[in-house]
Amino acid sequence: MRIYVCVKQVPDTSGKVAVNDNGTLNRASMATIINPDDMNAVEAALQLKDELGCQVTVVTMGPPPAEGMLRELMAMGADDAVLVSGREFGGSDTFATSQIIAGALHNLGIGKDDIVFCGRQAIDGDTAQVGPQIAEKLNLPQVTYAADIKKKGDVLCVKRLLEDGYMTIEVQTPCLITCVKELNEPRYLTVKGVMENYDKDIVVLDYEALKDEELIDVDSIGLKGSPTNIFKSFTPPQKGAGRMLAGSVEDMSNELVTELLKKHIV
Amino acid sequence: MAFDNERIEDYKDIWVFCEQREGKLMSTDIELISEGRKLADERGAKLVGLLLGGNGIADAAQELGGYGADKVYVIEDEKLDVYTTDAYTKAICDMINDKKPEVFLVGASTIGRDLAPRVAARLHTGLCADCTHLDINMDLYTDFLREASTMDIDNMTFDMEDTNLKMTRPAFGGHMMATIICPRFRPCMATVRPGVLKKAEFDEKKAASVVVEKLQVTFAAGDIRTKVLEVVKEARKMVDLIGAEVIVSVGNGISKDPEKGIKLAEELAEALGGGVVGASRAVTDAGWLTADHQVGQTGKTVRPRIYVALGISGAIQHKAGMEDSEIIIAVNTSDDAPIFEVADYGLVGDLYEVVPAMIADLQANIA
Ligand SMILES: Cc1cc2nc3c(=O)[nH]c(=O)nc-3n(C[C@H](O)[C@H](O)[C@H](O)COP(=O)(O)OP(=O)(O)OC[C@H]3O[C@@H](n4cnc5c(N)ncnc54)[C@H](O)[C@@H]3O)c2cc1C
Repeated sequence: MRIYVCVKQVPDTSGKVAVNDNGTLNRASMATIINPDDMNAVEAALQLKDELGCQVTVVTMGPPPAEGMLRELMAMGADDAVLVSGREFGGSDTFATSQIIAGALHNLGIGKDDIVFCGRQAIDGDTAQVGPQIAEKLNLPQVTYAADIKKKGDVLCVKRLLEDGYMTIEVQTPCLITCVKELNEPRYLTVKGVMENYDKDIVVLDYEALKDEELIDVDSIGLKGSPTNIFKSFTPPQKGAGRMLAGSVEDMSNELVTELLKKHIV
Repeated sequence: MAFDNERIEDYKDIWVFCEQREGKLMSTDIELISEGRKLADERGAKLVGLLLGGNGIADAAQELGGYGADKVYVIEDEKLDVYTTDAYTKAICDMINDKKPEVFLVGASTIGRDLAPRVAARLHTGLCADCTHLDINMDLYTDFLREASTMDIDNMTFDMEDTNLKMTRPAFGGHMMATIICPRFRPCMATVRPGVLKKAEFDEKKAASVVVEKLQVTFAAGDIRTKVLEVVKEARKMVDLIGAEVIVSVGNGISKDPEKGIKLAEELAEALGGGVVGASRAVTDAGWLTADHQVGQTGKTVRPRIYVALGISGAIQHKAGMEDSEIIIAVNTSDDAPIFEVADYGLVGDLYEVVPAMIADLQANIA
């Protein structure tokens, strides 16, 4: 039994965001973090490993520096790591990305008991599309928004969140599950783990390694092959500053209510 | 199989996936049908709703007609009663391959976001997630850009004949906007954020004249690989942030006495004519209110008539969910809190003092 966890390194958008003159994100100048939902996916895999003793492999598609993130995840407890990286993959939309990652997973081999975990969505795109699209390319059943996962014999029992409650879903393996933050508290990496993993080999799958993979159609990857294109990207105007009311608490409150009445807002 | 680009002209009509739960339409369905009507008119195409469910679901078709659908395809099958990815993906892909819509819209609910990427991957087409604005007509699109961007539109050149669906969404946590197109594949697919698009007026005559066509789907053994053991509705009262006219939200500024802060927010909402209490993530993370109260990038997008922010700093992720509200009132002890940048009225002060004064003034004036 092997668990693959798909992870992504993302710019930390919680602080200031650097934008290039042409309106694209200046990734180089921003700090990177491991995508938060992906940490829950890693933790879910490690908990199953603690319970069942399976192999946990972390997989990312990204530029070579993403290797640092993979080492951190091995220091948390992942057994091995795969970096899918190549200039030809750059500019891929979710369709193209999921095709490449599915190709990489197929290349690594997915067995009868295996599971693929993903985070629900990445904070730089917020699409939540890559997980389900990988599942489709690999012809695996999927369960998204997983908030609880239990293995029972050869099926998984998953609590799947809805806006107004949840579903309990039974799914056979192999399958793909996307994880939400309610699922668990990710563990910390250990000093011992860092020491043991700082020079461990990482498997690199580049264009050459994957171009003949049956799930990959080389004409539909990268910027040119992606079905969606950016037509325009732009910054929204700042809404014109409103009025700051002045005076004592009573003055401000009075003026506000007078204004609201005058403008028929209340 | 790979999409045959030569046949792109065969793809016509605007389709909307109309999600139902327990036989009831979702409010997003109505928003999408209303928007779809607009797009269909821009394109000179038909607007078609897809209604999948168990026996009896066809009854909801008239309602879709009343909001603008020309036609509703209905599949009633017990295997579609409760949503499963496999059954819905198969049914929808079969229909799309057979009837070839140009545009396919899906609400960005937790189910829509499970279904749409799976369908797009199977059909080999593009999908744009969580859109907040859609256009086909270039005049309308450039009008939109004039309002919604800082670009100098009148000194830019556009291909005014472009008939691709232009799908606009926030990018990078609301710091930027991007318009996406899918020029080479069909259908163009988008999931659309709940609560953003406006609902049309219901029209009895259109409801009566909608064309309802029943279709069938055949499932083979092994097509459906998941089993739904139970669907549980949480007993707690749902917070209807999206439909609310008035929202009074609380932030970390209530930390001194959360209970009192929330009570003041409830009373203020009442004094403003009745509304609901929202929250920043700081408040839902702290557990003072449940997650369904959260407004913002990872919460709900709202645009009520009146939005009041009490003790909320105005982080970009919070603003992303509320800055399109009609009137924004902010109360904050710090005069340089970013929330004041989007507020129509800013009151610098302690919410525990300011809010009771506001409630008293409102009650005195609207007796
Ligand atoms: C990926 C990501 C997604 C996120 N999504 C969301 C989201 O969807 N929604 C969201 O809200 N946040 C979101 N956040 C968090 C966001 O960045 C902020 O941390 C959060 O909004 C802060 O909440 P706050 O304004 O209540 O708290 P604070 O930033 O702590 O602000 C409290 C404010 O209250 C004022 N104050 C204190 N006491 C009083 C008083 N007595 N009276 C009046 N004012 C007072 C202070 O001056 C301050 O401005 C997200 C963050 C990340 C990284």
